[in-house]
Parts: sequence; structure tokens; C-alpha cells
Amino acid sequence: MPKDHGIGASSKRREDVRFLSGRGVYTDDMALHGQTYAVFVRSNVAHGRIKSINTANAAKMPGVLAIFTGEDFKDVGGNPAGWLINSRDGTPMREPKRPVLAHGKVRHVGDAYAAVIAETYNEAKDAAQQLADDSDIEELPAIVDMKKAVADASNRVHDEIPDNLCFDWGWIEDNRAAVDAAFKSAPHITTLELVNNRLVPNAMEPRSSIGEYFPGTGDYKLTTTSQNPHLTRLLVAAFVLGIPENKLTVVAPDVGGGFGSKIYHYGEEALVLAASRKLGRPVRWTAERTESFLTDAHGRDHVTKIEMASTKDGEILAIRTETLANVGAYLSNFSTATPTFLHGTLMAGPYKVPHVYVNVKTVFTNTAPVDAYRGAGRPEATFSIERIVDKMCRELNLDPFEVRRKNLIQPDQFPYTTPVGLVYDTGNYQATLDKLIELADVAGFDKRAAASKAKGKLRGMGLSTWIEACGIAPSNLVGVLGSRVGLYDAATVRVNATGNISVMTGAHSHGQGHETVFAQVVAEKLGIPESSIEIVHGDTSKIPFGMGSYGSRSLAVCGSAMSKAVDKIIAKGKKIAAHMLEASENDIVFADGKFSVAGTDKAKSFGEIAFSAYVPHNYPLETLEPGLEETAFYDPANFTYPAGAYLCEVEVDPETGKVDIASFTCADDFGHVMNPMIVEGQVHGGVGQGIGQALLENTSYDENGQLLTASYMDYAMPRADDVPFYTVDHSCITPCTHNPLGVKGCGEAGAIGSPPAVVNAVIDALHRGGHSHVKHIDMPVSPARVWSAING
Amino acid sequence: MHNFDFVKPSSIAEAVKALSTEGAQALSGGQTLTPTLKQRLAAPTVLVSLTGIAEMQGVCLGSDGLSIGAATTHATVAKEAAAHYPALAALAGGIGDPAVRNRGTIGGSIANNDPAACYPAGVLGSGATVVTNRRKIAADDYFQGMFTTALEEGEIVTGVTFPVPQKAAYVKFNQPASRFALTAVFVAKFADGVRVAVTGASNNGVFRWSAAETALSGNFSAAAVEGLTVSSDGLIGDLHGTPAYRANLIKVLTKRAVAAAH
Amino acid sequence: MTKVSMTVNGKAVSGEVEGRTLLSTFLREGLGLTGTHVGCDTSQCGACVVHVDGKAVKSCTTFAADVAGASVKTIEGMNNPDGSLSVVQQAFQDHHGLQCGFCTPGMVMSSAALLAENPKPTEAEIRHYLEGNICRCTGYHNIVKAVLAASGQDAAALAAE
Repeated sequence: MPKDHGIGASSKRREDVRFLSGRGVYTDDMALHGQTYAVFVRSNVAHGRIKSINTANAAKMPGVLAIFTGEDFKDVGGNPAGWLINSRDGTPMREPKRPVLAHGKVRHVGDAYAAVIAETYNEAKDAAQQLADDSDIEELPAIVDMKKAVADASNRVHDEIPDNLCFDWGWIEDNRAAVDAAFKSAPHITTLELVNNRLVPNAMEPRSSIGEYFPGTGDYKLTTTSQNPHLTRLLVAAFVLGIPENKLTVVAPDVGGGFGSKIYHYGEEALVLAASRKLGRPVRWTAERTESFLTDAHGRDHVTKIEMASTKDGEILAIRTETLANVGAYLSNFSTATPTFLHGTLMAGPYKVPHVYVNVKTVFTNTAPVDAYRGAGRPEATFSIERIVDKMCRELNLDPFEVRRKNLIQPDQFPYTTPVGLVYDTGNYQATLDKLIELADVAGFDKRAAASKAKGKLRGMGLSTWIEACGIAPSNLVGVLGSRVGLYDAATVRVNATGNISVMTGAHSHGQGHETVFAQVVAEKLGIPESSIEIVHGDTSKIPFGMGSYGSRSLAVCGSAMSKAVDKIIAKGKKIAAHMLEASENDIVFADGKFSVAGTDKAKSFGEIAFSAYVPHNYPLETLEPGLEETAFYDPANFTYPAGAYLCEVEVDPETGKVDIASFTCADDFGHVMNPMIVEGQVHGGVGQGIGQALLENTSYDENGQLLTASYMDYAMPRADDVPFYTVDHSCITPCTHNPLGVKGCGEAGAIGSPPAVVNAVIDALHRGGHSHVKHIDMPVSPARVWSAING
Repeated sequence: MHNFDFVKPSSIAEAVKALSTEGAQALSGGQTLTPTLKQRLAAPTVLVSLTGIAEMQGVCLGSDGLSIGAATTHATVAKEAAAHYPALAALAGGIGDPAVRNRGTIGGSIANNDPAACYPAGVLGSGATVVTNRRKIAADDYFQGMFTTALEEGEIVTGVTFPVPQKAAYVKFNQPASRFALTAVFVAKFADGVRVAVTGASNNGVFRWSAAETALSGNFSAAAVEGLTVSSDGLIGDLHGTPAYRANLIKVLTKRAVAAAH
Repeated sequence: MTKVSMTVNGKAVSGEVEGRTLLSTFLREGLGLTGTHVGCDTSQCGACVVHVDGKAVKSCTTFAADVAGASVKTIEGMNNPDGSLSVVQQAFQDHHGLQCGFCTPGMVMSSAALLAENPKPTEAEIRHYLEGNICRCTGYHNIVKAVLAASGQDAAALAAE
């Protein structure tokens, strides 16, 4: 029987009741007394010099309360990059200031250069339009294409950065000569140039922020759509506006998805705070969907040349890549880490490849900032590796299953040190591959292919064996790698006097179900019902300083902190029990929610201990404090390394080029699983997004830097009828060796492992259909692209 | 959105009167116009809703064919035309999504004449007659290029009358984001010949593929289209497909429509 | 400003609206029914779906004045009279058919409309019917399962895990 509560149970999500009843409270759902509305004036050119902004007409319009321009923020700080990356020659990356509102120049379509605050939304909108009409912006040539950006030093996104390069990074530079030597002597070299297409994260809830200032106390409050309220508070307080951190509360209430895009601090948050201070009234802003397309941090956007050296029978000898990575017009908070330490360090994949060298040149362009989006760097690495492994198999006429099996790190080789700086603690990649072959019925493929052929369709299957590093992560390691923040997390467990529990977490839930899963973990450890446990997150005035949720880290890092805090509660409970039972602390054992004296029937229930902690009559106060509340900060010893094997089957319509996903199967190793239902949901969602990247999603700027896909009319999001039921499995378990729960993280896996499986399947279908001249199709593998490839 | 006065007349006469106001604009289901208003790409002073006019509602089979009131929703056509003109009902049932079909109307669609809309293909492919408050207009005269029709100032579509063919089918290839037609083809076989209308493909909006009509009028089979070529001149090229790709789709979808016609 | 009256979730309501006031705005700001969400400007995402006279419509693409006199049902009106989750809502919870919850109100309203029209839809019919509701979290797997289950079909047998 599956468990019905605690760790491993598919407990139903408690948060669902409010969401299903229309009683969630998202930022834009809050109405505040005296509220005012901000509307931003955004550049309609990709690159321009602001010559003048005449505010006089707009200021006189009905309802207008205040107007801000870049001039108002020129003396405050910028929104910083969180990671310092050095170029191969040792020079630090170039860091242009990212102001609250553009000043001097606008650098992408949608770059806000002014804001209007008015009594109503429509009044603010009217005045913003007037202000746009009264602004003189001299259009400059747009820098859109990365190769041209680097080649043409005369046209600059930032006047002080001559070649539009942020940095030229080598990983690991010292290994380069050995890698080049391996290529020189290699029996076979496979080469592939590919694009990892730019994506718009598209959380369904648009970004939204409300700033409040309380003149009586000088306190500020920012309610905002954030994945990590404490980081936002730190950035706004210490870097941008100079508000004392203790005078600013940041609240991220119910948040409608993030996928990375809501990790970062955005200028709109600083603006509503500054405006609320000026007006003494709440100032609110919610993005229209097109504003989201224009200004949310985008994802991916790599152009890569990858080479693989191998033997004739498919043993991988070396991998070498050169990548241009777009960061857009400004450095978003994690933008420099994503193409480097979340990408280059994964370029060995799950394979025993002795030599790897990665070069990444990161380029400024007149486009929206690019940053981490579900998977962040790891999908780019996985796509490059899994596509070229597949291409190598085709060139050498080898079986893609057998080549992977041959190259996968063996179960007895862990811990395994890769040539790109990581130590994989544990794994069993053969097991997930075996599981996949069974679940996907690879043996029955030919029969299914024949059935497809009878319908006039070409069937193909594509494999991907992937690994990621997540649960980010050890502060000491990321510090060495250039991170300017720590990446621990924190939890406070407060046992109330009546025995129920409030757990305050640094992690933030915006769809992941923490309110349910974290309660399961605490319930299991304390032997009390899940319903007695409340998870509190998203409010800096209530929670300890944690780093929020992204990078599949919530359970592995914050959950571990919570687990440690519960251990402290148990330890304190033992002290209290020892006092109450007049026994030695060492003789107290805790099991099934009871503290008892070993070998006796003397015991106190958890509730009795809790009550006693707050009614500490007769406590020996010099050795035993009242209260039962503990906080733990947890900083892991290593990343976690989820891994798995995915198989996609497609049917291609050769006449139209349309690709249908016939089946998608996942065999994952996430370590221990706390709630299987939620883990499966995370994989479904990730795979859905990966299929979106592979087949549908195309973020396209024209040569003038206009975003052609700025709404759902042109940006194709996966719909229910674009995807099948998925088969997912997480029964292969190698527990993480260094966190207390043995968990690895599952949030990004689906998005990391799936795109190459889809593209490999399309190429396979075309080859089986006789179109063997097609070596590669860039994502999204749209009908038109497939048709062109067939007929090209 | 700029503000406007909202009026909802209950008769065609009242609607025509309301539309004579300077800056007045007709609103049907609003599934295209409302997003346009949100973008401030239109700024009417008065919006005249046509959804409350009973005489513009309904599906009715008469001696001259199937008459559909202009304010009839796609959902209603999908349901009520199914027995009389299944290909047209299927076309209506494939527009947008269910919520869009519960608001969007045939009159709104053909008055707008979006080059990727479905109804223009059904109307032109059927050789239907567009009925306005002033006159009857043959489909061949009505559609005059993308977003352009024969409608004059103050003239509103009140209904469309479709001759019912022996066989017909509409095959749509979705633009994956908007779910409009990337290209779609309506084929209708009448006793006196075949009509083939193409939407989504041309910079001039919906058009008839006359070479296919000729070929199919002699031999109504997919094979009859096989030997034809479609020029990509004047076809739409965008993110979702080149002119050459659309030319291919026209032929492929026409063959499929012929095969599916019933 | 003009006054509009309608029935919302069984209660007679009225309020002052401008010509341009959308039904979604009237519900959210006029009546405080913030369960109806707005996720796009182009009538694509479906987070705003409500029922007007029993039919699913996108409330962000419908003017409040155009549905004066109508009977409107929103997500807040979907619970059973005792406050418990209705069959469709309960199926979404049972089958984990939601994650962040933002698209959920529209997804539930569309699903309920489907089941009213078609009490035993196939997987393909469900997927087709929901094409106007975008979910970014679930990959749709558990949403489709939830609707199958709400229709009394054996979702587990139809959807392999």
C-alpha cells in the first residue's frame, strides 16, 4: 500500500482548495485604500538616444499625480549582476549600470524611460501615451544579431563597451591544450552548429508590484510577483534605492508561476516604491501581456558550435564548444551565471568523457535581458551534447542506445569527477536507461512505425540521457565561481503552545506545492498529522533570510534546512522531556510523536512537551530555556545531480512538415521522493515546456530589434492538444549522499532532458522516411522548417 | 482602451441610426475588435453592439439555401448548420476556441475580413450571398483584399445566404499561436462546378484557386489537383511559413479537402 | 458612466461602468471577485473564462454593458452550497490538475462548460475543447486526467503514468 501521509505519500495539495475556489490572493487581486496606478512609457525603438522628454502636457492631464523619468534615478544605484565572471585573460566582465528608468539611451523595445502615476489606470495610460508623443528619441541602428554585434565595434549597446562583449570565458582554460590534442589524434570528429532558441518564460500571471510607504514609521512595503522576496529586498534596499533593509518588507503572496522570470529584481519594483514615498499613497502596476513579452527576462538564446571526438565505435574522447550567449541589453541578476557555471560545467553530460573545453562569449544586444529560465544553462548543455551524440551515431552507423550505454558513467564509478569541475556524488544512469527502454516499449517500435506509415506518417524515436546540477548550492563553491551571494537556505520551525506548528521557509512556492510537501516532511519527522503544520513563506517580515526558489533547490536546500531545524526541535524536546520525566537527556528517545525514557513506559506526548515549553513552571532556567522554536540555515556540501533518460516518439506529416508527439517517456532518478504526485506533475510541466521549446516557441526579433512575437497571437505556447499523456517514472533511486533527505530536485528535469529527445526523434523519422540528407533542424522544429528541410 | 459610449440597439433600423453618429463603430462578438481597442488601434466614440438584434440571429434553411443571421455565433452555426451544411458547421466549429465561438459571429468575421480568418473561405468557397441593410452582395464581389470589403460607410452585414453544395469540406492548417489559419482551403462541389477558396495564404486575403476549380470540375478527386502548381507570388511570408511553404499547403490541403468532402 | 445590472453567482448585482469596462474588470474591481484572472490581452489564454447564460466566454473580451441582464457564473460560484469543492473542482485537486493556480479558474470554468455539453468526453475532445486555455505549469497531463475523472471515467486507465 502506498503511504497516505508523511514522506512518500501523494498527499493532496492543501493550497488547491483556495485556488480552485477563486480565493487565491495574487498581487493584482489586492485592493488598497487610496491606491494609485503606474503606467510605464516604454521605448518603441530598439536603440535610441533620449534627446528630450517634455512632461508638461502629460502632467496637466486629468488624474495625473506624478511623472518620473530616468533623470529622477540617475543618482541612485543600478540593479546589479549577481555573478562576477572573468574572461579567459583574467579581466573582469563588463558591467553596465542597469538603471530604474533608462537614462541617456534606450536599449531595447520596451525599455522603460518614464512612468506616470495617476488616480486611475486609464488616466495613467492616457498620460503615458501623451508623454510618449512628447518624447524625442533619436533612433540609432539596432544591434540584434550576436555575430554582427561582436564584429562591429562601431555600434555599441553601451557606449563604454566597444565590442558588445560582456566576457569571453573559457572552461577550463588550462585544459584547452589537452582537448585540442585529443581532437588532433581522434579517429572521428563530429561537428554541429546549432541554435538554442530564445524563449519567453510566460508565467501565466503577469508581473505585478504594489509599493506602499508608511510615513508614520518610515517603513516601506513591496508586494510583488517574486520567487525570492529576500533577494529582492536586498537588491532594492542595498543596491538600488538605499532604503535600510529593516525598513522594507517584501511580500510575494500567491504567485502565478515563475520559471525563472520572477527570480530577478526589476525596475518596476523600485519605481512603485519610490513613487509611493513621493505620494504617500500605494502605487500599483501590473504588466499587460505584451509588456511581459517585452520586459520579462527571456531564456536560452545560444548559438553554439560543438565538436565531438570519438573512436569509430562511438567512444567519446573529447568535446569542444564555442558559444555565443545573448544577455540582451542589460545584465539581469543571474544572467552571467547561466551561460557559464550552469552550462559549461555540465558539458560532460552523464558520460565518461576525458577531455572537455567550453568557450562562451556573452554578448550585449538591443533585446530584452536574457537570464535563467527553467533549466537555465543545463538545457543548453544537454541539447548540444545529446544532439551531437545522435549525429555521431548516424555518421558512424551506430545504435544510439548502445553508444550511450558504452559512454555512460558506470554505477561503481561514483563519486565521479568530471573534466569540467563537478563531482557527481551518486547515480545509476544504466538503470534509468534500462527502465526507459522497458517503459517506452522500444522493442515494439517497428510495429508502431508501420502503423504510422500506413497513415502516411513518418515515425521516429529520439533518445536523451541527461544530467543536471541543481539544488544550487554550496556557497563556498559558488563563491569561488564568482557568485556575489550565498546560496544556502533557511527555515524556522515554531512549535506553538498548543502543539501545532508554523514553519517559516526561505523557499517560495509559486506552484510547487511547498505548503503540502514541506508539511509532509515535518509531519513524518515529528510523528504528528500534516494538518497540524502550517507552512509560511513569501514575507520577509515573517521568514528567515533564504534565497527563494529556483534551480530545483527548494526541497534539497530549504527542505534540508527545515529538516535540520526539526532535528533541533527534537533535541530541545528531549531536554524538556528529560526535565519533565526526571530522567537523563541521553535516556530520552523520540519516536511516533512521543518522548519516552528508554526502557520504561514513562513518556510525554509531543503536545505535552510543547505546552510545557511555553508554561515553563519549575524550569531549570540556567540550563533550559523556555520556548520551542528553532531556526536552521543549511548550506549543502555539493550540488545535487538528478539524471534520467527520456524517449520521444514523433509522427511527421511529410506533406506539411507537422510534427506530432506520439509518446513521451521519462525515467528519472531524483533520489528520494517526498510526494510522488507532485514530482510527476513537475516532470509533466517540464516536459511540456521542453516540447514547447522543441516544436513551438520562437522568440523572434527583426533586424530593427522589433519583437515579432510579442503576444500569444504569434508566440506559440503549447496547448492541451499539442501534447500527449506522458509516461513518467521515478523508481530508480540513488539518494543524494550529502543532504539529510537524500533528495535531488525535480523541477527543471523535464525541461532539460526533453528538447533533444524531440529533435532527435524528428531527425530519426526523416531518416527512416528516406530524407537522410537532413542532418539537423533548429528549434522550434516548426512545420515550415521540417518541410523546408525535407525539400531543401 | 479609449472610452466610448456603449449602445445596444434591438433592431437593425436602430443600429443603422446609431451607426450614423460621427465616430460610431459596430461591435459584433468582439473577439477581434476588443483586442484591437485594447491596443488603442481604434478609437470609436460610440460602440454599437449588434448582439441584441433578434432579426440578425439564427440559422434557417430556405429555398435559396441556408441563411445565417450575421449576429449568429460560431457555436450556434456549428450546432444548427450541422444537419444542413456539415462542412460549414465544421468550419464554424473550428474557429478559435469554445469561448471565442460562444461570442464571435459570422457577420463580425466577414466584415473584418482578416486574411487568415475561416469564414471568408466558407463564404467565398460556397459562392454565398452577403446580405446587408441595403443590398445583397455576391461573395465574389464582397471580398476585396485583406481587411477590405464591399461594405460602404454605415452599411452592416445582416446575414449570409449559402447555397448548399453536393459535397464540401474545409481543411485548416493552424497557425500554432493564434490558431487562425496558417493556410486553409474550402472546397465545394456543386452541380454546375467546383469552387475552391483559400484563406490564410495571400497578401490579398481570401481568394479562389481557379486552376483547381477547373480541374476538379472535370474530375472531383485529389488526383486532379496533383499536376497543378501553385505560384508563391503574392503569398504571405511570415514567422510561421514562407510563401513557398504556403503554396505547398494550398495544394496539400486542397487534396485533403477533396478527399474529405461529403 | 452607466448603470448595469446582472446576476452573478445567483445574486442580483449592479454597478456603474464606462462603455469600455470589460466584464473581467467589472467582476474583479467592481464586485471584488478576483478569482477571474487576466493573463493576456488577445483573448488567447482563457484565465478569464466565466459562464454567461450558461456558456463559457472570455470575460476580458466581453464588455460589461454587453451582458447587462445576463446570468454570470464565476469560479467563486462553483463550490457546492456547503462550500465544499464541486465534482470538477474536486477532480482537479485529486488529480493534481493545477500548480500555480493562476489559469485554474478559467480551466475549471471551461471544463465545466465542456462537461455540460458533453458529459463523457474522450481525451481528444477534452484536449480540443481546452485549446483556448493556456496552462504553463502542468503540461496538461493532469488537467486532462481531472476532466476525465470528473466525467466519471477511469482516468488512471486512460492516462498511463
